[in-house]
Amino acid sequence: MEKRGLTCISCPLGCDLEAEVTADTVTVTGNRCEKGVVYAKAEVLNPQRVVTSNVLVEGGLSPLVSVKTSAPIPKGLIGKMIQELKNIRLHAPIRIGQVLIRDLLGTGVDVVATRAVELLPTAQSGPSPIPISHPIDVCVKL
Amino acid sequence: MRELLRVAVIGAGVVGSLIARCLTRYRCEVHIFEKEEDVGWGITKANSAVIHGGYDDPPGSVRARFCAKGNAMYSSLSEELGFELKRVGSFVLAQAPEDFPYLETLKAQALDNGLSGCAILPAQKVRDLEPHIADTVLGGFWCPSAGITEPWMVAIGAVENAVKNGARLHLSEAVTGLVTAEGSRGRRVVALKTVRGEYPIDIVINASGLWAEELSTLAGAYCPPLHPRKGEYLLFDKFDPPLVRSILFPIPSSVSKGILVLPTVDGGLLLGPTATDLPKEAREETSTTREGLSEVLYSARKLVPTLDPQWTVKTFAGLRPESPQKDFAIGKTEVEGFIQAAAMRSPGLTAAPAVAEHVVEEVLRRECGYSLESNDRFTPVNPPFVNVSNLPLEEWEKKIETDPLYGKIACVCNKVTEGDIRDAVRRGATTVDGVKFRTRASFGRCQGGFCLAKIAEILARESGRSLGEVKMRSGRTELLRGRVRE
Amino acid sequence: MREVITDTLVIGGGASGMAAAVECVERGCRTILVEREESIGGVLNQCIHNGFGLHVFKEELTGPEYAQLFKSQIHQKGVEIQPDLFVVNIDPKRREVVTMGKGGCVVYRPRALIMTTGARERPFSSLRIPGTRPAGIYTAGVAQRFVNLYNRLPGDRAFILGSGDIGLIMARRLTLEGMKVLGVAELMPHPGGLARNIAQCLDDFDIPLRLSTSVVEVRGRERLEGITLAKFDPVTLQRIPGTEERVDCDTLILSVGLLPQNELIESFVETEPVNRGVKVDSFMRTTHPWIFAAGNNVAIYDLVDFVTLDGKIAGQSAARMVRDGFLPEKRIPLARSEQIGTLIPSFCCVEGQPFTIYFRSKKTMKKARVSIGPGIFETVRLGIKPSEMVDIPFTVKHLGKLKQLGLTKIEISIKEVP
Repeated sequence: MEKRGLTCISCPLGCDLEAEVTADTVTVTGNRCEKGVVYAKAEVLNPQRVVTSNVLVEGGLSPLVSVKTSAPIPKGLIGKMIQELKNIRLHAPIRIGQVLIRDLLGTGVDVVATRAVELLPTAQSGPSPIPISHPIDVCVKL
Repeated sequence: MRELLRVAVIGAGVVGSLIARCLTRYRCEVHIFEKEEDVGWGITKANSAVIHGGYDDPPGSVRARFCAKGNAMYSSLSEELGFELKRVGSFVLAQAPEDFPYLETLKAQALDNGLSGCAILPAQKVRDLEPHIADTVLGGFWCPSAGITEPWMVAIGAVENAVKNGARLHLSEAVTGLVTAEGSRGRRVVALKTVRGEYPIDIVINASGLWAEELSTLAGAYCPPLHPRKGEYLLFDKFDPPLVRSILFPIPSSVSKGILVLPTVDGGLLLGPTATDLPKEAREETSTTREGLSEVLYSARKLVPTLDPQWTVKTFAGLRPESPQKDFAIGKTEVEGFIQAAAMRSPGLTAAPAVAEHVVEEVLRRECGYSLESNDRFTPVNPPFVNVSNLPLEEWEKKIETDPLYGKIACVCNKVTEGDIRDAVRRGATTVDGVKFRTRASFGRCQGGFCLAKIAEILARESGRSLGEVKMRSGRTELLRGRVRE
Repeated sequence: MREVITDTLVIGGGASGMAAAVECVERGCRTILVEREESIGGVLNQCIHNGFGLHVFKEELTGPEYAQLFKSQIHQKGVEIQPDLFVVNIDPKRREVVTMGKGGCVVYRPRALIMTTGARERPFSSLRIPGTRPAGIYTAGVAQRFVNLYNRLPGDRAFILGSGDIGLIMARRLTLEGMKVLGVAELMPHPGGLARNIAQCLDDFDIPLRLSTSVVEVRGRERLEGITLAKFDPVTLQRIPGTEERVDCDTLILSVGLLPQNELIESFVETEPVNRGVKVDSFMRTTHPWIFAAGNNVAIYDLVDFVTLDGKIAGQSAARMVRDGFLPEKRIPLARSEQIGTLIPSFCCVEGQPFTIYFRSKKTMKKARVSIGPGIFETVRLGIKPSEMVDIPFTVKHLGKLKQLGLTKIEISIKEVP
């Protein structure tokens, strides 16, 4: 039987949890709500994280676009994910919420842009670039 | 057509830069050699920035000859070269009855050295002018001609003016050797070696600060033994109204003038320096120490008890050269053509304009006998560095009409615009510190928190280099290491 | 020079400013939002990590996404944005705000002014840490800007001083993006940031957190070469001799506190003495009746959600003042007991609307009783930590009780209970 202390990250309260792990059960104490039980069990058996990072963008007003996974992915895949991100090169314009990688590493989770990157205005560009003040559809559920 | 006299000034600090400028009043080939990547980065950059009254120097000493004279020259110099000078006056404060005889000595010395307007004031009069001084203050020796300035701006202004009048500036070019030969009048300088090559030269003026003795050895010329003396400082935030208006001196120790409390030209408050003697080789030992900073605070609070270390914006240390004679070493040496402007310990900054004039007029022209024709195209005036936010609003607006970058703020604390920073780069700043010293960007409360990235961006853009190549100052001081994504 | 009369002027387009501006324009005010950078959003634009919006939107968003929700509203509802505009001076007597931008000088005459100018980071140079002054020392926000906006890493091997949230976030960010983060030192015996950030940013990456430890020396002439750590007594905060430890690193990241940024108004509004945050009442109004404030320039919040909520109150109050020409003046001070640090607001408006009291406890308490009064109400809270603000709603009922008791000040106290 293994005892593990962890801090719940489901909300800012950050309850101090204790998880007792046996061959076939996980018992959680110290939680103030159900989310704590769910979190502790997941942390012990299959820890997952939402990961945020950056991807290189060419031809945009900014050299990077910030990205996130659309849902938590197994913690062990974080390193591989960063490698994937290093291997992509995107071109502006990028819309906030745009899916940049579908089904990252077979997880079923997407990598989406968390901000817009406008096209760098050049002498040759025809229509004027979408100014940052223009409302852009947000692919984030409320 | 007679060949022009070739003069090399070693060191682009306050002393060297003013000498070079004086030289360009005459038709000669002037070279300024500076080992750092910018002007005024040695002693000039880290001292108390005080233009001393000149009462403190023993009559008959070399420094007495030049301090009061230099002090007087600063008014016209600041107008010509465009740097700030504020004659805030100074007090030497007596805090015990036995201090008063010393103040009388200063008063007598002041008269001997040609000062006027100095007086010993009673406690109440001192307190009227400086309400925050300690209750223990019993009186003070007041000198109205003392002032504060920005020493690096004196050097930058002098170098810019010298270059405009024909001098050549060699930055990042350390002198590695001096070639002498036997002449009719003994050994004489014939050439100078630097990290970049060899230059035939007739005159070498040694204004190399902490390196003066080493440079003299290269020439085989005598220089008094020098060692570095470290002074640590605390810089406090601006207060409105200011806590202290004039320069406050304690009764000095046998070693130094003591730890001062004084305003800076841009409204901050400076405390320091300590005086720690270092071994000869420690010419670059500018780290601050726990003991040193504590000593500064402790001593400063004896003069102004309400000083709170929480008001600290910055701490730093500077070195100055000290010799056993405690005096300047100015003049010819046994090597013909090698002229000293060395051992410029306190009041070096104050004396510099007078020393510069003396070296060129008295030493070079009269004593050494070099006849030099006037440079009819010499112009004494150098445009000042003015941030647009210091102009009246209408003038600032007009500048924005000529260039919108004058309307984009970069340093929030000191209201420095992108246009000002770009101008500083075009006028010679190649590093972040170069921009900071010319514009005061990053000198405020946030110490670069809001503007560092913008300064680096403008430096990169103006020089056509990448952000990763931008440096803080000399040497391997690049800000950044690599890209996040290639 | 142009003159512009407006109902409300918001200075600073970060989280609190955007929230305030939306509230104003929704209530029919001509609202102008002035921002010194090229685009609004403030630090949210560089905070690419998630954790924003749990309270306000019941959803975890990244900084840019959180900001975008407000940016959309701002555009849709007609707030006039003036980016690249810098406030040169505010004249409290003439009620003029002098600004300068690429188009020249514009003098605004707002009927209500909302100051949402945020905070600055405490710089390394003010800490009086002895040693050299090499390249490679950055406050966490500056490092974050370089990494996320400029695509540049500050170094190879970093040590972090200060376990505030931004330091923890950067520990993770620098590690993810390829640097080696050797550890985080925290002077206090407890961490400075949210517990979830200790878990997600340090524990996840095996980055050690060294409590009661700080940096006592910096080495390296040109570039940082190393630091010296030492241990400090948890109670007296005095350095313990003989505990020095050298760490080789080329980057030092500072997360040693945020300071409210009030240069423009501090000479005429009341600020609280310790951190110089501007004092506000429950209308988010300063000691000048036409000037409101919200966000980090009032006090350092730890959740952007609370900043948004207080920004909204500022906007609502300013709009009400514009409409009615005044707001109820009567207010009584909030007083803190010994255990309480930051406390917002400084005053309660007796004829005002309900509001939220935010405060920080100076000590960690597993279970604590918070007393408001005396006699207004008490509540028990669990898991009190100095790094996490406590939010206590002060409701209509409480306002009624306050009036009934006729108190001349409201005392807030917190006490550990078994």
